[in-house]
Amino acid sequence: MSEIPIAPLVWAIPGLPLIGFVLNMLWGGRIVRLFGDARGRGIVGGLATLTVFGAFAVSVVALSQLLGLDPEHRRALASLIPFAERVPWIVIGSVSVHFSALIDPLSVLMCLIVTGVGGLIHLYATGYMADDRDYPRFFAYFNLFIFAMLVLCLGESLLLMFVGWEGVGLCSYLLISFWYDDEGNARAGNKAFIVNRIGDVGFMLGMLTVLAAFGTLSFRTEAGTGVLDLAAQGRTAAGPLTVGLASLICGLLFVGACGKSAQFPLHVWLPDAMAGPTPVSALIHAATMVTAGVVMVSRMSVLFVQAPTVLLVVAAIGLFTALFAATIALTQTDIKKVLAYSTVSQLGFMFLGCGAAAFGAAMFHVTTHAFFKALLFLGAGSVIHGLSGEQDMRRMGGLRRHMKVTYWTMLIGWAAISGFPGLAGYWSKDAILGLSSGMVPAGMVFYLVGTFTAFLTGFYMTRLMAKTFWSESRTDRHGHDPHESPPSMLIPLIVLAILSVVGGWLGTPWANAFERFLEPSLPEVVVAEGHGGIPHGLGLVIGALVAIAAMATGVLAYRRAPGCELLSDAAKRSNPLYRGANALWGVDGAATAVFVRGGGRVAELISTWIDRRLIDGLVNAVAVVTGFASEIARGVQTGYVRFYVKTMLAGVLAILAYALLSAGAR
Amino acid sequence: MSFAVPTEHYLLLSGLLFCVGVAGVATKRNPIVVFMCIEIMLNAANLGFVALGRHYGEAGGQIITMLIIAVAAGEVAIGLAIIVSLFRTRETINLDEVNLLKL
Repeated sequence: MSEIPIAPLVWAIPGLPLIGFVLNMLWGGRIVRLFGDARGRGIVGGLATLTVFGAFAVSVVALSQLLGLDPEHRRALASLIPFAERVPWIVIGSVSVHFSALIDPLSVLMCLIVTGVGGLIHLYATGYMADDRDYPRFFAYFNLFIFAMLVLCLGESLLLMFVGWEGVGLCSYLLISFWYDDEGNARAGNKAFIVNRIGDVGFMLGMLTVLAAFGTLSFRTEAGTGVLDLAAQGRTAAGPLTVGLASLICGLLFVGACGKSAQFPLHVWLPDAMAGPTPVSALIHAATMVTAGVVMVSRMSVLFVQAPTVLLVVAAIGLFTALFAATIALTQTDIKKVLAYSTVSQLGFMFLGCGAAAFGAAMFHVTTHAFFKALLFLGAGSVIHGLSGEQDMRRMGGLRRHMKVTYWTMLIGWAAISGFPGLAGYWSKDAILGLSSGMVPAGMVFYLVGTFTAFLTGFYMTRLMAKTFWSESRTDRHGHDPHESPPSMLIPLIVLAILSVVGGWLGTPWANAFERFLEPSLPEVVVAEGHGGIPHGLGLVIGALVAIAAMATGVLAYRRAPGCELLSDAAKRSNPLYRGANALWGVDGAATAVFVRGGGRVAELISTWIDRRLIDGLVNAVAVVTGFASEIARGVQTGYVRFYVKTMLAGVLAILAYALLSAGAR
Repeated sequence: MSFAVPTEHYLLLSGLLFCVGVAGVATKRNPIVVFMCIEIMLNAANLGFVALGRHYGEAGGQIITMLIIAVAAGEVAIGLAIIVSLFRTRETINLDEVNLLKL
């Protein structure tokens, strides 16, 4: 632990967005009424955006001060309560949880991503949501989300992380069903919340297991008694840390990560979450919140590396999710759904990296993905905005002529996610794939399937570009021409496009500044580089070739396709692969059948038999017996005074007789 | 002191008076008579208190008696009022024809 000068100001990183939330929630509507619509909205949106950029500024200062320290000293604790020492929140016996932040490379990196990309998306939203009825409410939720996400990233204990974890879940729910008039949106919000709850149970059980084993929830403490401090030495509060215990904890935590980061089979909520406004999809469901699972696994990586079986499961689920979601993305026609499945797929890559113990590479992919996926989503939002709400790619096309800036920035996003050499996605994806090839059992299988998925990524993104920007226009011509978006929406696109190009240069294999920066937060990487895997140079060449091949195949295929459809309608109906992928491989249907309808059936049975028959029956039986007994007993109450007197007399005589007899007996 | 009546006699008289009262309450149908019988029972108790007060040489017995007399006076006032209003509504005060206390 060390001291950094910015520590007394760290509270401002989550604090500023919280202030923005409170102001906009309480007085946003009043501001709009008081200052008139245009100026009021400017103030509300500007306030929300500035608080996030303010937090970004503090994060940048924290980064620079952290970089000024020796790598092994880049770790500090700071109070999250302004102008106060570390304040305990819960103290139970020897366990205490503080409202404080752990400042280390991982948390600062996440703060930079969340506030930087988040700030840009706030700026974009001031344009995108300009005409929305509930403008202040939107920005209030947006700021609340940033606050919760920062608590998640900064929290010095699992419990504080969980507070943020639940907070982002709540904001996700609020923002998915932001346009609550539509029942579909409300349902999508519920679905996201409920599916996340399943994961949260895993997180909570994992957290309790940690508490039982380590006797603390803090990651690191000054005394070196935090969970990670102990786990790094291979011990718990009492005795050594066994593989079984580490596996139990990591397995449970990974269930939580699956829920939040949309891994199979808990991915079903993410595509539905596209019901929210597009900035929400970009911020929450692509760039930041969904990476929380990866962040948590990386934070607990010291434990994860001691549970090799769990790591293998993580890698397998990540790989399967990546491939599975990529195939679905090939068939979707809603532009946001394609990007949603693409997000699920990219998250799969991140978990593949985690599973290969390449946490640095996974976090690198989190970073670059935040850039280019936010860019792609915001570009898609710009397209939707320009077409007055059209999301179906079958009714787009030819937009490159109408939306020049959107087109060129999307082009960069397309190249970046496909892994075009030199761009952000290329470096991070190849780092993950290269390291996964060195995994102990079946490294080559992971590598080959991952590379195939990377090919699919390039192909479905090319399909999206072709259907949206390149082909002949299929828009309804009776409206006005598609229009380019306002500058407030284009500036974030341009900034993100630049980041999507240069963002990857931080982590090139020969000068990996990114991983060196993260090293203090992560365990020693146990996978020896190049050991049994693909050599670096070869991996980079293969990655580049696969990406170019995918993009070229897509371009050639869609250039010749009539109406920009590769398969005719009849072929789509007869092709089992297409039908399977288009039906989401039946997962949603199965989940609905088993959990929604099956669960409903079980609930109905319980309601009928246990609740209505058994419990209600018991209660009613008590009532019936009581009523029957009273019916008999009420005969005693005649209303005649003389009867009462005689009864009383009899009672008195009986008591007297008893007293006399018992006295006589003694 | 040899002419003094022994305390047992007072208690015996008190018990007899009480029994007379109870018998009256239990058998009479006229509430006014019932009331008078209740008064007899109260006075039987008074007699007992006063006698025992004298026996032990304490003032408590007489104090309680004073209280009972006061309460009994109040009770009679209310009781008679009830009887009057009972007569007004039901045209009778025969206790065997009055069973309004039943639910």
